[in-house]
Amino acid sequence: MLTNPLTKNIRGPQNIAIDIGSYRESGGYRGWRKTLDTAPDDIVKLVQESGLRGRGGAGFNTGLKWSFVPRGEGSPPVKYLVCNADEMEPGTFKDRLLMERDPHLLIEGMAIAAYAIEARTAYIFIRGEYHLAAARLERAIAEAREAGLLGANIQGGNYGLEIHLHRSAGNYICGEETALLSALEGRRAIPRAKPPFPQVSGLWGKPTVVNNVETFCNIPHMIDLGVDWYKDLGRGEDAGSKLFGVSGKVKNPGTWELPMGTPIREIIEAHAGGMQDGLQLKGFLPGGGSTDFLGPENLDLPMDYDVIGKAGSRMGTGTIIVLDDKTCPVGLALNLTQFFARESCGWCTPCRDGLPWVVEILQRIENGDGVPEDLDLLREQTARMGPGNTFCALAPGAAEPIQSALKLFEQDFIDHIKKGCCPYT
Amino acid sequence: MSSIFEPEVIEVMEHSNAGEDSAEAGLSEAEREEIDREFSHYEDKASVGLEALRIVQRHRGWVSDESLHAVSAYLDIPVAQLESVATYFQLIFRQPVGREVILLCTSASCWIMGCAKLQKHIEQKLDINPGETTEDGIFTLLETPCLGDCDKAPVMMIGEEMHRNLTETSVDEILDNKASFQHAEGSNHAEGSRNAD
Repeated sequence: MLTNPLTKNIRGPQNIAIDIGSYRESGGYRGWRKTLDTAPDDIVKLVQESGLRGRGGAGFNTGLKWSFVPRGEGSPPVKYLVCNADEMEPGTFKDRLLMERDPHLLIEGMAIAAYAIEARTAYIFIRGEYHLAAARLERAIAEAREAGLLGANIQGGNYGLEIHLHRSAGNYICGEETALLSALEGRRAIPRAKPPFPQVSGLWGKPTVVNNVETFCNIPHMIDLGVDWYKDLGRGEDAGSKLFGVSGKVKNPGTWELPMGTPIREIIEAHAGGMQDGLQLKGFLPGGGSTDFLGPENLDLPMDYDVIGKAGSRMGTGTIIVLDDKTCPVGLALNLTQFFARESCGWCTPCRDGLPWVVEILQRIENGDGVPEDLDLLREQTARMGPGNTFCALAPGAAEPIQSALKLFEQDFIDHIKKGCCPYT
Repeated sequence: MSSIFEPEVIEVMEHSNAGEDSAEAGLSEAEREEIDREFSHYEDKASVGLEALRIVQRHRGWVSDESLHAVSAYLDIPVAQLESVATYFQLIFRQPVGREVILLCTSASCWIMGCAKLQKHIEQKLDINPGETTEDGIFTLLETPCLGDCDKAPVMMIGEEMHRNLTETSVDEILDNKASFQHAEGSNHAEGSRNAD
């Protein structure tokens, strides 16, 4: 049985994309053809039943998200589907791989999703720096159109779908789905108030679903091989497989498709080869820069959304950043906060003003100019950036690595203040 | 950026016919064609704003006040609205940049792998700070958010090309090659013909 649906066409180190001929020969677009013979509602139910959870970081049930779109007779005639390909979470390098190496998998997944929510126009919102991925997607879209798999009257039926590529031009906040919609409409990428949720009022006020690249890539094989096969891919609570990555000072950093529920230790030690010689693992961010640090005591946890959640962090994008014992945790927290401060859209106060303030405090501590009261000030400031106080999830996400660093690496903060310098340099 | 109320800018607005082959709109035929192709993809003209700025930047290297006004007139988007977009997105350059824009990743994984030291090295070698352009007009250095190549950190992008697993030695080699290429290309290339996508 197929165990690596996301990467089965990605073979060898050579960076080439599979063309439509080879893609179809290996079973590609079979899920799409099956979909065209199925009622949209049944596709939504099937995806919901499969247990697929959003791979962009939030982990919401994908089929359930789709089900909120008003469908059928009397529903708004125009609906949109959007692929979030604005991969910019620090430490995240999985969507690039999927788009560069197997662009048709994404297009097929999007086609199935668009059909399910009755959208006839779809956009891929891709970050401006992903030139190679954009070129390959553009080519793949043209190939699929030529083969009658996209465009008007697909496979002779009534359904038609156009997929357009929208190249963005930077800014992390575009990854927030409502900010992304603002950007797609040609405005500043400012998040919107929810409700209304995009599924009801999204792009140009029309019902819209936004999903992550990897989420879409899960769908073609699920439709082709069935929900039971898909569920069985997971080793633990969650269904399916996932791209997991490791970066930092490990022997063999990289990305691997593994079952959901794969233990973190296995990912870091068996796949990433463990720590570089002479280094110990001090902690890690399990799913990108906006997730809480976990410590070595959490290494045996399986990578399942709720398990990582219960441990006090988030699985996020599933790309692990490893912190070693020779790298300064205060410096890393400062680097992350500088990123979030720069990427804040500036709309609401806790984020716009809070983050630069926190940068200033962390910089002071890192420089050796911190005072003991700074730690409480950091705790207070990051609490003020927490959920419920801000317009979107950027500032709460930014607070997570700082708050957890203060718990896990408190002694390092204290050492900086006591010694009046960074002990790591 | 200068305020639109400054006299010199108003003058620019009145004389926006900069390109030789440009019509009233101040955009070249090639630019207009590329922008027109985008119209069918969106519900309204405003949505093409960012794409139009990208197109103009690809042809001209950056987005001057003059270019901004030309796009605004062509798309019928208020200048202020287009400017709000232009200044929001970091890959739209509202100041002239060098012929080679270095996007140095400074995010977490690259930081762990030593990008801060690398950045100092580049700054010293080129004698510029982030946001600045070398005197010969060849290099601009920009710090950039995570480039999504974290298993090959530290990384940077120049033009459309990724450079991975960087060391001071490899950075020197890459920059020296770019510099000699640009010196060779140098003067025989007119301003507008660079940065073909």
